[in-house]
Amino acid sequence: MARITQEEVKHVAKLARLAVTEEEAEMFTNQLDAIIGYAEQLKELDTDGVEPTTHVLDMKNVLREDEVKPWLTREEALKNTPDTQNGLIKVPAVLE
Amino acid sequence: MSLFEKKISELHELLHKKEMKVSELVDASFSRISEVDDKVKAFLTLNEEGAREQAKYLDSKMGTDEMRGLLFGLPIGVKDNISTKGLRTTCGSQLLANFEPVFDATVVEQLKKAETVTVGKLNMDEFAMGSSNENSGFFQTRNPWNTDYVPGGSSGGSAAAVAAGEVFFSLGSDTGGSIRQPAAYCGVVGLKPTYGRVSRFGLVAFASSLDQIGPITNSVEDNAFLFQAISGYDKMDSTSANVENQDYTAALTGDIKGLKIAVPKEYIGEGVDEDVKNRIMDALKVLEGLGAEWEEVSLPHSKYGVATYYLLASSEASSNLARFDGVRYGVRTENADNLLGLYNHTRSEGFGNEVKRRIMLGTFALSSGFYDAYYKKAQKVRTLIKNDFDEVFEKYDVILGPTAPTTAFKIGAKTDDPLTMYANDILTIPVNLAGVPAISVPCGLSNGLPVGLQIIGKAFDESTIYRVAHSYEQATDHHQNKPQL
Repeated sequence: MARITQEEVKHVAKLARLAVTEEEAEMFTNQLDAIIGYAEQLKELDTDGVEPTTHVLDMKNVLREDEVKPWLTREEALKNTPDTQNGLIKVPAVLE
Repeated sequence: MSLFEKKISELHELLHKKEMKVSELVDASFSRISEVDDKVKAFLTLNEEGAREQAKYLDSKMGTDEMRGLLFGLPIGVKDNISTKGLRTTCGSQLLANFEPVFDATVVEQLKKAETVTVGKLNMDEFAMGSSNENSGFFQTRNPWNTDYVPGGSSGGSAAAVAAGEVFFSLGSDTGGSIRQPAAYCGVVGLKPTYGRVSRFGLVAFASSLDQIGPITNSVEDNAFLFQAISGYDKMDSTSANVENQDYTAALTGDIKGLKIAVPKEYIGEGVDEDVKNRIMDALKVLEGLGAEWEEVSLPHSKYGVATYYLLASSEASSNLARFDGVRYGVRTENADNLLGLYNHTRSEGFGNEVKRRIMLGTFALSSGFYDAYYKKAQKVRTLIKNDFDEVFEKYDVILGPTAPTTAFKIGAKTDDPLTMYANDILTIPVNLAGVPAISVPCGLSNGLPVGLQIIGKAFDESTIYRVAHSYEQATDHHQNKPQL
């Protein structure tokens, strides 16, 4: 049985904001199915009662005072922006 | 001996005695680049104007009290996922083909303080996803030892540039082996520091719980010098470890009498090339001769490392790479008539297939219904892998084995099957999952290609790694082998 179907791959691509062609969907389905199949080997291991590791360092939240400091100027912040207008980032209309 | 085989200390001496100017060193670097980079293709962007200008400025400081530090005036190359203000930083991706950062990464600031000269940005697998540089969105970097072979990856450009003598040293980044494996393939020295030891501020994130920046150099001593300059706590990185930095050069004593070495049977067993294994056994004899003792141990969960890594790193990447949507920076699609189309097409046109594959794998592993079975399961196995290391380090000072199961492979040999490519990182990945430091040092050749010896240490104990690596290097002449280009 396939571990991931072409429909699921298309759904995942949609969630990840990737446009895929039919051909690409087929290729990614085969490859992802093989990778997920390989990852299934983790199921051999009994991990009941094992704490998940999200991070190797034993750290708590890192806090600092909330102070106003100079950072990037507007000009710098927009330096790499593909399209701007009146010092703002311009994108296609969201609403009709 | 060519200029680029000289050690940092020797170059410092030349500058200090005014036998050479910084501008002459920088010129030498650019002439070597124009001589060999057509073949090696290590550089994505050159900083010729900026470097020459800085060299002139540093020349004016020579002979004054302002000429401080061992790295003063030395040309360096920087991996292209590390932010350099005003100098194009692409991450090896077409999506960022035009991106010029507006701030420096902390490591780049530290290099500026040390007054090195950045000559350019080095090629890599796109967003550091790959083991061969075949996933660069621009071109293939080649192995200086044999240009039909891959340089390794993802820091392939960083390792190849040092091996080819284009720069004296470089910075790479390592998420699952991306400094150590290319260092091994190109016959140079590469350190993956303890997670948290080097600031990640300004390193474009791939998998935030695994990524570390580290030095790639010709020798262990040089490596320690560069590491000294870039390591330490940084308040700009909330995962930076607030632990005291060490004097790494003080560790280069050459004395390893009584050192306890663990050799995991999984690192010299099935899947490891016989010749690679022989080089490692040779290295163990050398270390024994220096008074160290070694025993075989087991890291029983090693074989689960690759699966664990691909689930976790891809999940983190799927989140980290969400920012590349064509809105604030990068190359925006011209084929969009609404906002959703702008996201979808910018990403589809800008990303290569490996990046898309990993984003989709990560999105899948994090999606509802699969989260527990894949993402959370992998996090639990990560704990088991980390525990393996903790147990061995209760009795031993270092863990030793090959850096990669084979030497460099031919360009194109593994591109058809992502899983074959992933298996290449089986001996480096567990180190990132456990967060511990490891170095790769040259330990001989196999069929004319370099083999890397991996020395893994306890968390925050880079000093011991350097001590062992340095002792080994002093007792052998493998690091003097240079490729003929």
